Amino acid sequence: MRISTSERVFGGFNALLMVILCFITMYPFLYVLFASLSDPASVAKHRGLLLIPLGFTLDAYKAVLDNPMISTGYRNTIFYVVAGTALNLFMTALGAYALSRRNVYFKDFFMFAIVFTMVFHGGLIPTYLVVGNLGLLNTPWALIVPGAISTFNLIIMRTAFQQVPISLEESARMDGANDFTILFRVIIPLSMPVIAVMILWYTVGHWNSYFSALIYLRDRELYPLQLILREILVNNNTDSMMTGASTLDKMDVGETIKYATIIVSTLPILVLYPFLQKYFVKGVMIGAIKE
Amino acid sequence: MAMMENELPVRNRAKSYEKESKLAFIIKDLNRNKFIYIMLLPVLAYYGIFHYGPMYGLQIAFKDFSPALGIWGSEWVGFQHFTEFFNGFYFWRLIKNTLLINIYELLFAFPAAIVLALLLNEIRSNMFKRVVQTISYLPHFISIVVVVGMMVDFLARDGLINQLLVMFGFESIAFLRQPEWFRFLFISSGIWQGIGWGSIIYLAAMATIDPTLYEAAKMDGAGRWKQTLHITLPGIMPTIVILLIMNMGSMLSVGSEKVLLMYNASTYSTADVISTYVYRKGILEASYSYTAAVGLFNSVISFILIVSANSISKRVSENKLW
Repeated sequence: MRISTSERVFGGFNALLMVILCFITMYPFLYVLFASLSDPASVAKHRGLLLIPLGFTLDAYKAVLDNPMISTGYRNTIFYVVAGTALNLFMTALGAYALSRRNVYFKDFFMFAIVFTMVFHGGLIPTYLVVGNLGLLNTPWALIVPGAISTFNLIIMRTAFQQVPISLEESARMDGANDFTILFRVIIPLSMPVIAVMILWYTVGHWNSYFSALIYLRDRELYPLQLILREILVNNNTDSMMTGASTLDKMDVGETIKYATIIVSTLPILVLYPFLQKYFVKGVMIGAIKE
Repeated sequence: MAMMENELPVRNRAKSYEKESKLAFIIKDLNRNKFIYIMLLPVLAYYGIFHYGPMYGLQIAFKDFSPALGIWGSEWVGFQHFTEFFNGFYFWRLIKNTLLINIYELLFAFPAAIVLALLLNEIRSNMFKRVVQTISYLPHFISIVVVVGMMVDFLARDGLINQLLVMFGFESIAFLRQPEWFRFLFISSGIWQGIGWGSIIYLAAMATIDPTLYEAAKMDGAGRWKQTLHITLPGIMPTIVILLIMNMGSMLSVGSEKVLLMYNASTYSTADVISTYVYRKGILEASYSYTAAVGLFNSVISFILIVSANSISKRVSENKLW
């Protein structure tokens, strides 16, 4: 195939554009990484892009890891992620299974009622009142129970369950299996790719969420990492991190501490991301061909 | 082994059912499929409590809700809260901010992902393509708190962006304190975070286009531009329309989570949107009935938008969400 000049020019231009895009996407992370490893005073004096760390010190990381708020936040977030995702999966699987069976009474009605919640909802305040009435305010459950099922994920999982050959289910039934056994011993093991995607999506969702914690929690002891991050990064409050440093040092150190906080809080995702990426993408694909 | 009821041949089963009353039929079905209904129970309870419960609670928008009296016991006040909101000082500002952010998003962020997908599709080297994709998806997984945190830092008076501006001889700008910058920053950071992820679904759609169409077009002398225009774009049109409809639905509920982090009192004039107003008034100031009314207004408009977008699209293009 002959390639015309205009196509070659376009190709070059396109490649250049993509390189620029990659730079714009990656550089902020690199800057944060370099700055977090740098000597605070040099970062404060430095102007412009950073291409390597200026000096090398792990002091900022030490300050971050020594901070009790960060470690409680981390611990709380891990609890919310694990317990939340477990409940998410369990509930979504139950719903997806029940609604993927052919002969369930009022199935279409239930399905409609569930999908309807995607286009109409009561809004923030009535939801807040419901959570309050159930006595969930300021408890860890407020971050887990009200979001037990994502309707979008339910639909995806249901579609996957429908694709498991019916004969497998029937033979299990012959062997005396009830629906719980069929779901957990037959359907789920055969739908592992989708289950994996759901685990990832729910996990990242819990890891990154801050809004429900902001609304429902008062007690700082219960704060997830993201709310602590909000104080440090957005409200610019690094005071709690520095005891003992002089005021002038504090300003410089505060900056590098912020960068180290970003790295520490995003590290799990940054490290796992290359391995998980293809599953995430698969999820979008499955979502795209739902119906 | 005893022959159990549900193992009867299908035909016999159907015949025997005809003779039974409807009620007995239902009871029998409930019994046979009892585990399925047991499974359904917590799911329905969840949707009942956390989705339909709030819808029931929406009546407080028409009442003077007091927590002591409860939803049911509080007194009806009709549309008082709505008129108060419509005539209030903030109404037009909130509508304008909410709509403008959405319109800009529709004009810039929505097509950006499509353009990226088209450009990625033109890359011949698979290796290079994969690298670009991997990098461009990444910001999607970073929490909004961290993204806004980085913006706060980079856009600060002495932050990286201003350092660069000063180095090139410009004035430094207090980006996050100036209302006129808010929309630009909100939309562009949104593109930064979402463009790669948004492009996946279009790339998936492109992958399903029949390659013989391209062969035929090449035979007819179509260059890559013509192929894009006449094959790729029409090929992903259904996907574009579906995503557009979904975007319409979420129009008024624009990311309060991000605005809440990004705005401050000095940028309220362009940044305050309906959902952040609901948060401030409702959660922080506890005027529940009034903000429930504001929220209901929001939900109803979103609902109307998504339903009409769907029906318009159904009429003109046969693409539909339902």
